[in-house]
Amino acid sequence: MESSEVAVGRAVDGALTEPLRIADQEFDSRLFVGTGKYPDNETMVEAIRASGTAMVTVAVRRVDLDRTQSEGILFHLDPDEFFLLPNTAGCYTAEDAIRYARLARAAGFTEWLKLEVIGDETTLVPDTQATLEAAETLVAEGFNVMAYTNDDLVTALRLEDVGCVAVMPLASPIGSGLGIVNPYFIREIKRRCDVPIIVDAGVGTASDACVAMEQGVDGVLMNTAIATATDPVTMAHAMRLATQSGRLAYLAGRMEAREIGIPSSPTRGMLD
Amino acid sequence: MSDRVSIQVHVNGKEREVQSGLSVHELVESLDLNPRLIVVELNREILSRDQFKDVQVSEGDAVELVHFVGGG
Repeated sequence: MESSEVAVGRAVDGALTEPLRIADQEFDSRLFVGTGKYPDNETMVEAIRASGTAMVTVAVRRVDLDRTQSEGILFHLDPDEFFLLPNTAGCYTAEDAIRYARLARAAGFTEWLKLEVIGDETTLVPDTQATLEAAETLVAEGFNVMAYTNDDLVTALRLEDVGCVAVMPLASPIGSGLGIVNPYFIREIKRRCDVPIIVDAGVGTASDACVAMEQGVDGVLMNTAIATATDPVTMAHAMRLATQSGRLAYLAGRMEAREIGIPSSPTRGMLD
Repeated sequence: MSDRVSIQVHVNGKEREVQSGLSVHELVESLDLNPRLIVVELNREILSRDQFKDVQVSEGDAVELVHFVGGG
């Protein structure tokens, strides 16, 4: 793996080692992963390492006082080893998201936040108006807000305007594994925004991560696709390669697609 | 104030009887939690860790003890 990484890296001028910059921070991977739904914590940590990720999301919840030993995720993930990104998952109003964000910051190790305000229980698609409202408040409070949003251009532009450090349009609904349902708008959001664009949610398997990166976006964030794979560690590795492949393919510049066959071998020089 | 009197507080949404005069720090430790790994909200106000020992819980207080769990 290492040797092929070096070889392709050289071919496109160090593209794989070029860090991704978000706000004032550089990340050496374009794959961001969640920590939910793993069969156990050991598998989670191993999968996170296999993914080569530079950023790991976590959720804020009540301590379960009915358990004899209530373990938070910090027992398993050291914030000094992993760049942890708290989220506001599960919040349905701007007010709730702001409350969760402040609780996350009070833990004392990060000003970064994945802002998520859900608008619909069936599809879990975001409430873009509430997301914008919360983003504005949280940016003013000094958070580095990475905003989960719909694949909607106008919302993406507004999230950038209010000062989000990254805009994260969905590929398809959270946990659906449907892949990118609207690649055109993902490309258009990337073309029109200056902040990094991270495709967040909906990736089902490695090809989805690759297709996402081929749209030219800066990164991809996923959880369920890795955590609920039969072998999460192997899937994490596949996602790492797919993210790199998609990035390289984008940078390499793909051929034009045509709905006709064009020979690859010379048509001249055929025998009589 | 008498240490013997017990009071009712809401901890993570459930009624709990605790000793009157208990500090937030003592409450957290009595629940076997590490104060450095949790965040405390008292009546919707977040407490900084250096307030845990100084702030006492009172009758009817709503205490939320939160931490990070797995999520996407």
